[in-house]
Amino acid sequence: MRTIAPLLTVWAALLALLGLTVGASLVLTGTPSLIASLAIAGLKAALVVWVFMQLRREGGLMRVMALGAVFWLLILLGYLVLDYATR
Amino acid sequence: MSEATAEVSYLEHGHSLKSWLLTTDHKRIAILYFLSITLFFFVGGAAAALIRIDLLTPEADLMSNEGYNRAFTLHGVIMVWFFLIPSIPNTFGNFLVPLMIGARDLAFPRLNLLSWYIYMVGGLFTIAVLVLGGVDTGWTFYTPLSSMFANGNVILAATAIFVVGFSSILTGLNFIVTVHRLRCPGMTWGRLPLFVWSIYATSLILVLATPVLSITLVLIAAERLFGIGVFNPALGGDPLLYQHLFWFYSHPAVYIMILPALGVISELVATAARKPVFGYRFVAGSSIAIAILGFLVWGHHMFVAGQSMYASAVFSFLSLAVAVPSGIKVYNWTATLYKGHIALDPPFLFAMSFIGLFVVGGMTGLILAMLAVDVHVHDTYFVVAHFHYIMVGGTVSAYFGALHYWWPKMMGRMLPLVWGRLSAIFIFLGFNLTFFPQFILGYLGMPRRYHVYPAEFQTLHVLSSAGASVLGLAYLLPFTYLLYSLRHGGKAPPNPWGATGLEWTVPSPPPQHNFHELPTVDGPPYQYPVEVDGEREAAHG
Ligand SMILES: [Cu+2]
Repeated sequence: MRTIAPLLTVWAALLALLGLTVGASLVLTGTPSLIASLAIAGLKAALVVWVFMQLRREGGLMRVMALGAVFWLLILLGYLVLDYATR
Repeated sequence: MSEATAEVSYLEHGHSLKSWLLTTDHKRIAILYFLSITLFFFVGGAAAALIRIDLLTPEADLMSNEGYNRAFTLHGVIMVWFFLIPSIPNTFGNFLVPLMIGARDLAFPRLNLLSWYIYMVGGLFTIAVLVLGGVDTGWTFYTPLSSMFANGNVILAATAIFVVGFSSILTGLNFIVTVHRLRCPGMTWGRLPLFVWSIYATSLILVLATPVLSITLVLIAAERLFGIGVFNPALGGDPLLYQHLFWFYSHPAVYIMILPALGVISELVATAARKPVFGYRFVAGSSIAIAILGFLVWGHHMFVAGQSMYASAVFSFLSLAVAVPSGIKVYNWTATLYKGHIALDPPFLFAMSFIGLFVVGGMTGLILAMLAVDVHVHDTYFVVAHFHYIMVGGTVSAYFGALHYWWPKMMGRMLPLVWGRLSAIFIFLGFNLTFFPQFILGYLGMPRRYHVYPAEFQTLHVLSSAGASVLGLAYLLPFTYLLYSLRHGGKAPPNPWGATGLEWTVPSPPPQHNFHELPTVDGPPYQYPVEVDGEREAAHG
């Protein structure tokens, strides 16, 4: 039970955040809406990585590897933004 | 395990079809891959033959416009995803990585078999595309053509590539874990054979880039099937986003194709020169540098696509920077050969032709990376010639070099050296006759993907097609004498070329579990010269 409980908690938290995303999209418009939905999505991803993907139990090397993956995503998004922002 | 069973070779260990189709032996899976990618090599080659026959005359007399589009699309899709990307990693990588690092198998043998089955499922989808009439978007699947207008089997072709992508990811993952976890005692990172370094760098790209392609294909399907606006401006999408995502995978994919070839050449050059590789650390490090830089240059495919000029300038600079690690390799191979005791064996001739063609392909890549020049030659035969020099002149030459070099190890039979030398020479000549005229054609303004062209281009096109027929025959030649050698070739000793490396310490063909006792490494790699007790002379007669 002790291993299931955190998973269920996080699952519930993810559903709550999903509700928050839907709510925010109804209330907010434009840039604030974008910022809110991206922030909530980031939080959800962090929960998944930390709990479901077991990063909280891993050593430093694994965490650095995971950060490396984030860095790779930033390369893709960074250059995309470079193009979009200066077109 | 008794001594007797340990010495049974992997080829002798079971002869039933089941013992092959359910094997988890990395060596047998390598053979399965070898057979399947050879099949696709000839299917893709047949499409190329149709293209070159059609281009003999300025008019469209062999194929309709639609048919021509389908022929070059199929040629590209099959050659890129079903031959070039799996070619060296999945055959020679599979066979050699465990042998070279002193392991009994890859880290996940069953995953390895699964990845072959996934490859075959993707292959069946591709055959289905072929049978159902093909697809006409080009191998790049550019939107909005692919998502809105193309009337071929776009979804089916995208599915084939989506599926085969998982084979790539699993193979890459398997190699990464294997190199990290299964090196034998004493096999430190600084002692890894350069082929293993290059396969490791390739695997990083396979794992990091392929998922982006998969997602992009899913997005195309979502737009085409459900009208979800991602790339179509009418639906609020952006067509340039497609090109960003596609090339974020597909430029690194070029390095998936060339990096293993660079690793093969490092092995062939060291063996041919019988000298330690000059600047081992730099050659190894340049593989990693190419893998990383490869992720930062994709925008050079979009210089005239409406991309921001600032972005283009950055992409241009970084593309030119790739020349540095590539140059390191070429100079270090040259320095390795300097004052070497060179043996003119077939693998060495393939390595020499690789180096020459790779330099021409690389230098013309620099021309294409220049912002101003690219405007003139973009989407012309200059580009076609450039990437064929890298992928065919480079990767396929290295593939055949590897095939000749490791054939005695894999099959336990020697190959006829004279025929090997002849086919290396014919492939080199046929290749240059095919593709050098295309540089001139492109510079004069012949656009790619057209089959009707002005009459003044005909001479160069005829030269190119003549070269293609020489090249086609030259590619068939090795398969005839390699098959012949299986029955009539002399028995191969463990180390026929007098090479260093753990794979040459075991019998040819290797026993089922590679090493009876796991080896221990106590020195740097490439400790030439090797004493083989006249074995080389005895084997070659
Ligand atoms: Cu590129």
